[in-house]
Amino acid sequence: MASDEVKVIGAWASPFVMRPRIALNLKSVPYEFLQETFGAKSELLLKSNPVHKKIPVLIHADKPVCESNIIVEYVDETWSASGPSMLPSTPYDRAIARFWAAYIDEKWFPSLKSILKAEGEEEKKAVLAQVEEGNALLEKAFNDCSKGKAFFNGEHIGYLDIAFGCFLAWLRVTELAGGHKLIDEVKTPSLSKWADRFCNDPAVKPVMPETATLAEFAKKIFAKPPA
Amino acid sequence: GKMNQEEQVQVLGLWGSPFSKRVEMVLKLKGIPYEYIEEDVYVQKSPMLLKLNPIHKKVPVLVHQGKSIAESLVIVEYIEDTWKTSYPLLPHDPYERSMARFWAKYVDDKVMLTLWKACWGPESEREKMVEEAYDGLKYLEEDLGDKQFFGGETIGFVDIAADFIAYWFGIAQEASGVMIMTAERFPKLQRWSQNFVRNNIIKEVLPPKEKLMALFKAQFGNNASNEA
Repeated sequence: MASDEVKVIGAWASPFVMRPRIALNLKSVPYEFLQETFGAKSELLLKSNPVHKKIPVLIHADKPVCESNIIVEYVDETWSASGPSMLPSTPYDRAIARFWAAYIDEKWFPSLKSILKAEGEEEKKAVLAQVEEGNALLEKAFNDCSKGKAFFNGEHIGYLDIAFGCFLAWLRVTELAGGHKLIDEVKTPSLSKWADRFCNDPAVKPVMPETATLAEFAKKIFAKPPA
Repeated sequence: GKMNQEEQVQVLGLWGSPFSKRVEMVLKLKGIPYEYIEEDVYVQKSPMLLKLNPIHKKVPVLVHQGKSIAESLVIVEYIEDTWKTSYPLLPHDPYERSMARFWAKYVDDKVMLTLWKACWGPESEREKMVEEAYDGLKYLEEDLGDKQFFGGETIGFVDIAADFIAYWFGIAQEASGVMIMTAERFPKLQRWSQNFVRNNIIKEVLPPKEKLMALFKAQFGNNASNEA
């Protein structure tokens, strides 16, 4: 018989995995964290996400839910009584939150990743410019969405905060490696303050890796020879 | 009576685009009147488009109550949120909703590109791309099962997201000569395609086959001339 148990299959360093974990924390839902070994995929993962074979997967009462932002919406809808709504109240504001979450995954994060992979000064400058352009857009989005409150979602952390905030540790690692600030008080003042609030939130702190730990891990995985 | 200016819905779209048509299909299914503005994005992007979708500069864009929304599936969810009761596209149950969103994203992110590359990619990659297309479609064939539509008895979120597969893909296969979604291999998807395109409302929205065929042949040429 299926219990009500919640499990998350993931890995500590993955920003995508952080998303459902933060959502569950916000709703005070206890869960078992099943850590995947780096470089190998467990039977449970392959069985639960046969289409993509990727983390995170949330398993609730033996039913798997895949795709990190979709999992966040699932958590919000399933435990709607256990905490404030993670999406804004109007259809338009919800559409804007979904729009920016899609932008972050499709444009912003790939350009952040390419900073670490960039070879040569020219390429590095080009990708940095892309990320900074994106950050400027997101700074404006924050000001528009937050309407003077602490988070993209208003008073409480929500879907878009999670969608973007999950990348902050990797962003700090990238800043360290490149010696170049990406989110700071001068270029992105609102985001800079938001980032601190987000990272210090009790729902986020336990699952956000320390920059130094993540930097060590990054060195290891980027040092691997190409497959 | 006539809707006042604030309530009016406008759609900036492209006649041949499956993304653009998703929005029109949903508006028509829900019985929402709208003004359609054609944007020939290949020729010129209008000042209106650039103002309403400055980030991606793409269609479709929906304008409602003076505000614009971009990205077709985001628009579809907006329409669903705003006009909840007429022709609901998403189920009530959170798990079922997550599955619908999962499959829609799968079609959008993975399947469409795979199918396109199988038809029009370089000859040297054809076999590999066709295998990937088979793999992509097989999960959808499985999920569809014996249902009339992905949404069950009525058209739903996933059916709308998969509009390319139901209509455009058949024409692309004919234009390119690369047969992938045959009745032998994918009987359920074939049956579903026909259910979808024959729907009274959907069929009024679909772009004319001859026009699409001519467009595909012109843009991508004859595969024989694309040999590596």
